Amino acid sequence: MTHSSTHPTSESESIPPARSYLAGLEAESIEIIREAVALADKPVMMYSIGKDSSVMLHLARKAFWPAPPPFPLLHIDTTWKFREMIAFRDRIAAESGIKLIVHTNHARLAEGVSPFTYDSERYTTMMKTEALKQALDREGFDIIMGGARRDEEKSRAKERIFSFRSAGHRWDPKMQRPELWNLYNARIHPGETIRVFPLSNWTEADVWHYIAEENIPVVPLYFAAPRPVVKRSGQWIMVDDDRFPLDPGETPEMRVVRFRTLGCYPLTAAVESSAATVSEIIQETQTARTSERCGRLIDFDQVASMERKKLEGYF
Amino acid sequence: MRDTLRFMTCGSVDDGKSTLIGRLLWESKQVFEDQLSALATDSTRYGTQGEAMDLALLVDGLQAEREQSITIDVAYRFFATPRRRFVVADTPGHEQYTRNMATGASTAELAVLVVNAAKGLQTQTHRHARIVAMLGVRHLVMAVNKMDLAGWDQAIFSQIVQEFQPLVDALGFESFQPIPVSALNGDYVTAHSSAAPWYTGPTLLSCLEEIDVSRGAEDLEFRMPVQWVNRPSQDFRGYCGRVASGRVKVGDRVRIVPGGMETTVRSIVTWHEERPAASAGDSITICLDSEVDVTRGNILASASDPAELSDQFEARVLCLSEHNLVAGRSYLFQLHTCQAVATITAVKYQVDVRLGTHLAARTLGLNDIGVVNLSIDRPVPFETYNRCRRLGSFILVDRLTNQTVGAGMIDFALRRAANIHWQAMDVNKAVRARQKLQRPVCLWFTGLSASGKSTIANLLEKRLFAAGRHTYTLDGDNVRHGLNRDLGFSEADRVENIRRVTEVARLLVDAGLVVIVSFISPYRAEREIARSRFEPREFLEIFVDTPIAECERRDPKGLYAKARRGALTNFTGIDSAYEPPDSPEIRLDTVVCTAEECVDRILFALDDNQAHKSAGAWEPS
Repeated sequence: MTHSSTHPTSESESIPPARSYLAGLEAESIEIIREAVALADKPVMMYSIGKDSSVMLHLARKAFWPAPPPFPLLHIDTTWKFREMIAFRDRIAAESGIKLIVHTNHARLAEGVSPFTYDSERYTTMMKTEALKQALDREGFDIIMGGARRDEEKSRAKERIFSFRSAGHRWDPKMQRPELWNLYNARIHPGETIRVFPLSNWTEADVWHYIAEENIPVVPLYFAAPRPVVKRSGQWIMVDDDRFPLDPGETPEMRVVRFRTLGCYPLTAAVESSAATVSEIIQETQTARTSERCGRLIDFDQVASMERKKLEGYF
Repeated sequence: MRDTLRFMTCGSVDDGKSTLIGRLLWESKQVFEDQLSALATDSTRYGTQGEAMDLALLVDGLQAEREQSITIDVAYRFFATPRRRFVVADTPGHEQYTRNMATGASTAELAVLVVNAAKGLQTQTHRHARIVAMLGVRHLVMAVNKMDLAGWDQAIFSQIVQEFQPLVDALGFESFQPIPVSALNGDYVTAHSSAAPWYTGPTLLSCLEEIDVSRGAEDLEFRMPVQWVNRPSQDFRGYCGRVASGRVKVGDRVRIVPGGMETTVRSIVTWHEERPAASAGDSITICLDSEVDVTRGNILASASDPAELSDQFEARVLCLSEHNLVAGRSYLFQLHTCQAVATITAVKYQVDVRLGTHLAARTLGLNDIGVVNLSIDRPVPFETYNRCRRLGSFILVDRLTNQTVGAGMIDFALRRAANIHWQAMDVNKAVRARQKLQRPVCLWFTGLSASGKSTIANLLEKRLFAAGRHTYTLDGDNVRHGLNRDLGFSEADRVENIRRVTEVARLLVDAGLVVIVSFISPYRAEREIARSRFEPREFLEIFVDTPIAECERRDPKGLYAKARRGALTNFTGIDSAYEPPDSPEIRLDTVVCTAEECVDRILFALDDNQAHKSAGAWEPS
């Protein structure tokens, strides 16, 4: 591994994780994934196409090597993902040979629900949370792995690694099961489910260091490139296709930007950056003054936004 | 030295734990600009610091916590300095959330115990020190906070430390560092200050950066609990797990516990590559030289010094539930990757968390800590908690609600499976009862039709079953349709019906079961004959005393109406006699009491009845 020698570390930067540190995180995540599968009747892994999903999938393949992971991947497709994300998803699914289930809330789509017809809160509820519940109910998955990390958001910092969901997929943060040591209680009644977060103890920097170390492919949108963007509420939004309603006379301008997280393109702001390689991203992450999810418009549409979405069943 | 330190903060409510962590995150530049502006908004909305930033809001992530300015659940935060990385668990101070505090302590290597200088040591200070010590945290830092409110008075600081020192000595922490701080202003958190010239020790952060928490030379040999058997094809059979202790290399002799088979490690597989060796903390897949029987829950261990095996333990247990942990009750038991059923055979005592003294106890309530004896339904591989946290810790799960109701640490095995030899013995009622950890008994319900017998009997069986009892219910539904299909409702048939039911109940009691009989059984004489077929205290007559008017009012099957119309003959209470018992063991008034209350009364009487019986069957020897 060479990432630590490609750029200097100054006193003010956080240290690049030592090999043993990343190995420890990797071992813990593999242990969690194996527990989830061993304790499940019908496990599934959420695949959102982002860097965290890429790392989680990589860990799952390691956990069961030389066998393929004994569960399918599930992608909730709002139909508003970046085109490059969908191309990447299909390539990874084909290469890994793992079954990919794609679910879209077609009923809402037919009603004309889009990021432009509804506010982000209601759009997210219908196209992501509602769609997720539909897919989970239809397939009857009992243990659902997701790539959320505790450092992302303050209500996620409170979440267990094995997180109980009552029938209806609701999270009750005040009634979480005590979770001591590495002992996970996955006992449930019919209709109840468990969400499992193998990357709970990873940080954004850890994810990038691991991607560098393991040479894990990620969607090119993470790397800086000239892209067509327009300004909305002070944030750069990429015009990924001709469904984007431009203002009269408005034309997108080309700017060198990249994305720190990936979601629906009209709701995911780009950052101006010249980081075009993983090691440049790592360097940028270490000096960043804003948090990773600040480009996710859906995090800020109400007070305690993420906690409310999670109560209703969002990841 | 370790590159990562996992620590926790604890202490009484309002001593400033969350503010202290907020300060650490703030000073180590882990707070981003957008989080800062959110903090500014939140501080105005929920803050307790007037116009100033309330740093506690950086960690109190739940809406309820921010509204009440308290910490309810443990939060995990991450920060790093050029010296070290930190995973910190911020745990609640309220006694009612002690279980969440214990969750944080179970994986911590060091505890920062926060004390409010203005208030001094609190009950929770002692309680938390004992809990972290019990959970195996060996390093303690005492942050005497709010020193600014105490005028940075050295005497106050020294007195708190002096008062606390005996507990530190008693609990045997490997290191103890008291530090005066002001989380609000930041003094001695990350940088020295001029506030307390008399203090020459380290700042909190430098203490956390420098402390060596690696355990002494660990002499435990290789052990790996098997999580998953990987068998993608005929050619590959690997055992997946995370190494709990020691080191293993290709060619090592290993033993499977339980089972005792010995074989050799053929290869250690990870990703696209094989490794020559692996050590504690690694997640690996091991292939063995010979085909042996290994399943999830087994331990692969060094052949020269394998893991221990037992089915009887003494353990410290923390009760995590509003439902008491009770002697005689059984629970699902999770120990590393092994799942079994454990029965608490005795609560030996409860620990007074303030004084450390032992209190006599029969049950453990929410947040109580006690020492119990456990009997497992089969021998399980383990190490004591002191030797290995991963192989000596377990949780207890309620069989009905699936809630995690207890967390425990194995102190020692009460007997070793290696010493268990089959002895020639007659399999009789006493032996069968002992195997089931219960005393067999016949609970005989009598009462009019629609009096509530079946409702109460069903509920009773559910409660007994949940408590781990082995039960069976005999009622009209499962007897009249089969065994007594040939019988009608004439007086002679009723007598024969009860005679057969009595004999079946007697056989089931002989098999060691708790038998519930739910029949109208209208005649006193037949019930007395039934009683005579059992040993004293083995037969409890339960009279469901519901007046006929009330039964007729309920009439769920419309039988009374039918009988009144004459469409049903020989109906008890209408044209056939019911003789109420003179002195039943239990009389239930279903007009006054709910079914739940009736069941409570029966269970209470049952406990009482069991307590009178000579010792023997209950406690396994």
